[in-house]
Amino acid sequence: MTMRTPLNKVLNLGSAKSGTQDFWLQRLTAIANIPLTLFLVWFFISLSGANHAQVVALVAHPVVAVGLIATIISFVWHMRLGMQVVIEDYVHGNAQVILIIANTMFCALITLMSIFAILKISFGA
Amino acid sequence: MVEINLPKNSVVGEGKKWPAPQGSNLKEFRVYRWNPDDGKNPHVDTYSVDLDKCGPMVLDAIIKIKDEIDPSLTFRRSCREGICGSCAMNIDGTNTLACTKAIEDVKGPVKIYPLPHMEVVKDLVPDLTNFYAQHRSIEPWLQTKTPEPEREWLQSHDDREKIDGLYECILCACCSTSCPSYWWNGDRYLGPAILLQAYRWLIDSRDEATGERLDNLEDPFRLYRCHTIMNCAKACPKGLNPAKAITKIKKMLAERKV
Repeated sequence: MTMRTPLNKVLNLGSAKSGTQDFWLQRLTAIANIPLTLFLVWFFISLSGANHAQVVALVAHPVVAVGLIATIISFVWHMRLGMQVVIEDYVHGNAQVILIIANTMFCALITLMSIFAILKISFGA
Repeated sequence: MVEINLPKNSVVGEGKKWPAPQGSNLKEFRVYRWNPDDGKNPHVDTYSVDLDKCGPMVLDAIIKIKDEIDPSLTFRRSCREGICGSCAMNIDGTNTLACTKAIEDVKGPVKIYPLPHMEVVKDLVPDLTNFYAQHRSIEPWLQTKTPEPEREWLQSHDDREKIDGLYECILCACCSTSCPSYWWNGDRYLGPAILLQAYRWLIDSRDEATGERLDNLEDPFRLYRCHTIMNCAKACPKGLNPAKAITKIKKMLAERKV
């Protein structure tokens, strides 16, 4: 039972005055993901039939290493924003907060691990 | 969480089949009924109407049903010409105005339900309290800081044209109640109708509160729940495009940032 007026409920805590940054970054990473996907396709094709030494050499190449790191950051950022939208749409209450935290942590973790792996190979293990 | 199934007390059962009148051009109307006072689940009643003795629109038929068959059938109606928005309901699976929906456009029985995902007051009458409060929250009136001129606020023909496709909105709620985002988050998301109204004031060249209006809309829930699903544009009985207006709000917000 609440005796708040309908307008009071709608106004609630006011506007968060945010969201545009996420909206913009989702579009920006979407655009970046087009050439990065092509790069990734090229990368995998280049790896076909390669032995361990050749794979290490390719990943260690500065352009390839930077390209892979850029791909990881752009892909995961886009994934995080997309996943967050799904959570905000369909999950309500405390579960929403917990899932948003888990989503962010998961994305940070795989980004850091992937970048660490690429750098480790690049700088010669 | 999203509820896929209806709650037990909302599961719709089969209702009464009212006796058909004499006539050769009979059409069946299957109408959602729910009475808050009898404690029963909602049900669908079946009525038959002789189209030779009835006006062409769905509203004509339900007025005839209320008048001649079942006076307890409850619905809103007023202007009967698509300008008041009172008779918005779900007809043949689409939200529209009963007064501008032709019976002959519906194949088979005409299925009539209240606007989806709203609390029902009775039968075809949805509770629009939250919807109206959301409209109030965007302060839908001209706001200026310049001292009021002696005569009217001036507006060029070009600027006036920018309100076309917006001012025609009659707030019938067909679009908002067709929007899945509004179904799941109607308490926080303003929905297509209100956002179209908000854009109507944002784009008005005479209004001087554009920045404050944008501030109040910039919110992950109030605005950014729109995922351009486009049900709103499909449902609008006035042929407007709320999704486009929402995209333009997002563009305005991006423009002042980027």
